[in-house]
Amino acid sequence: MSVSEQQVHKEKTENIDNNDHEVLVQANHIKKYFPISGGIFKHTVGHVKAVDDVSLKISKGETLGIVGESGSGKSTLGRVILRLLEPTEGEILFENNDISYLGNRKLRDYRKNMQIVFQDPFASLNSKMSVGELIEEPLLVQSSASKSERKEKSVELLEKVGLRASDRMKYPHEFSGGQRQRISIARALALHPKFIICDEPVSALDVSIQAQVLNLMADLQDEFNLTYLFIAHDLSVVKHISDRVAVMYLGRIAETAPKNSLYKNPLHPYTQALLSSIPSTDTRNHRGKIKLSGDLPSPANPPSGCAFRTRCSYAHDRCSMERPELKHYGNGHYVACHLYDDTTT
Amino acid sequence: MQSNPEEQLSPQPENTPGSEKEESKSPFQLAMRRFIKNKMAVISVFVLLFMIIVCVMAPVFTDQDPEKTNLLLIEQGPSDEHILGTNGQGQDNFSRLLYGGRISLIVGFSAMFFTLVIGVILGSLAGYYGGKIDGIIMRAADIMLMLPFLVLVLTIIAIIEEITIGMFVTIIALTTWPNLTRIIRGTYLSLREQEFVHGARAIGASDFRIIYKHFIPNAIGPIIVNATLMMATYIIIESGLSFIGFGIPQPTPTWGNMISEAMNVRILRDHPEAWIPPGIAILVTVLAINFIGDGLRDAFDPKSKQR
Repeated sequence: MSVSEQQVHKEKTENIDNNDHEVLVQANHIKKYFPISGGIFKHTVGHVKAVDDVSLKISKGETLGIVGESGSGKSTLGRVILRLLEPTEGEILFENNDISYLGNRKLRDYRKNMQIVFQDPFASLNSKMSVGELIEEPLLVQSSASKSERKEKSVELLEKVGLRASDRMKYPHEFSGGQRQRISIARALALHPKFIICDEPVSALDVSIQAQVLNLMADLQDEFNLTYLFIAHDLSVVKHISDRVAVMYLGRIAETAPKNSLYKNPLHPYTQALLSSIPSTDTRNHRGKIKLSGDLPSPANPPSGCAFRTRCSYAHDRCSMERPELKHYGNGHYVACHLYDDTTT
Repeated sequence: MQSNPEEQLSPQPENTPGSEKEESKSPFQLAMRRFIKNKMAVISVFVLLFMIIVCVMAPVFTDQDPEKTNLLLIEQGPSDEHILGTNGQGQDNFSRLLYGGRISLIVGFSAMFFTLVIGVILGSLAGYYGGKIDGIIMRAADIMLMLPFLVLVLTIIAIIEEITIGMFVTIIALTTWPNLTRIIRGTYLSLREQEFVHGARAIGASDFRIIYKHFIPNAIGPIIVNATLMMATYIIIESGLSFIGFGIPQPTPTWGNMISEAMNVRILRDHPEAWIPPGIAILVTVLAINFIGDGLRDAFDPKSKQR
């Protein structure tokens, strides 16, 4: 056993008796570039900067919501944190252990602790496996539980997510989208993970079903003391479930803040525009709608300086020259915008 | 008779909630059920089974030795002893037809099985890992497809002096593996980006498990369909090569051999009983296998029927 392994082991045991507010997952300066190949010999002609220098911390038991439009890199970020994609740069710490360069075998042990629920309930379950097999697969792969133990566990999980024990023998094609998402959740819970990435888990569902699934996830969070990274493109869904929210734009974090602070006092012009786009029935509090013009720039060729400057009505010279850093504005509210350079620290 | 209109509308009443007694069907079972509803395919299964049984049980139907030559009885017409007469070496045509069917079917089946093994292994490696491994395997497949099949096979067979059935099967499999390999790789490439595969990796499943439990079951439709159709092709290839004298050598009987023996104006004109039965046997067998293959395709991919 090498020195570093011993150290890792020591840190692990120390972490158990720490307080509630300890950091469970930490991502430092994550970059994920996808090469673009072109030309006759398929050489790399550029990179799609899906995630471009993102850092975040998630404390035990909290839910961090990540919002952004499609193409902002939020799903890629989730997958990089789970090491389903290899980071181009940066490090991922799980309980203060660097897992960003672990080999497959060692990574397997960490997979017990981190799970993912995907967006599309029709693509995320292998249609050739029965519900029982699907839920028991993590146990089969990761633990030495016997067949009857696995069966017992899967029945327990099915009931926990609001399905019947008899559904164990059925196949995914016999269920609706909401039910399938419950199966996905049961599968993710099978190993008692500490951390679950929810990659737009409700965006493919009907609004009425969305609420049910969100409530289920909130209940399970309390029961199992789970930590969520909740990815969504919809601020209202994130508002329902998150403690803190991070807004992503073109692979970068524009603003991150505790939920109430962000919704009451959005600082970044992009967040302001996003919030004003939520349809409201409240006529008294009528903030003018901010309409964003233009499209998300290509992540292969992002604008210089601030990525948002091409669509920002407050953009000035400095925005095109210097990339704004994520700075603390107060009360855990961070913003990456030159407008607040004087007020941030 | 009165019936509930809702029941009529629902295509699968057994799947409605509440009827828990009805057993759930896996996608494979559903496909098999669709297959059974296809009349042509089911008839073909019975035809093929009939051919197999008759060939396997050849000693029950004839007590003649298919390889025994008798120069006193050359090119005889049908008689009680020799139902389909005898060939140029005085061998009994009927027993050669039955025993020859054994060889043709064995060659077809084992060449298919061999190609399937190569195709699944190489296709899985190429489709799952991609990158350099994919490049090497696919370039090898391209080179193989580039070489003209007939010239390649004839050259190899000409170089090897004594061709056994095993050798013949190996040669066929080693020259035709790229087709199935490409199909499997292509199916894998579309599966690779599916979320359930990411999900399997997220729980820490090994590469082998992902290929075995997630890729192969989801690619089983195209694999079975193409393997079945390949078998028909192999029977044709064996017959064709035997016909031009580059197949299984005499005195071992095969259907192709028998037709080859009849390549003579006198026999063609005067002894149709010597060459029509093996011709029909090849036709019926290949047709039956093709119908089965089509039936399997429709069963595994119901959308393909809506042409």
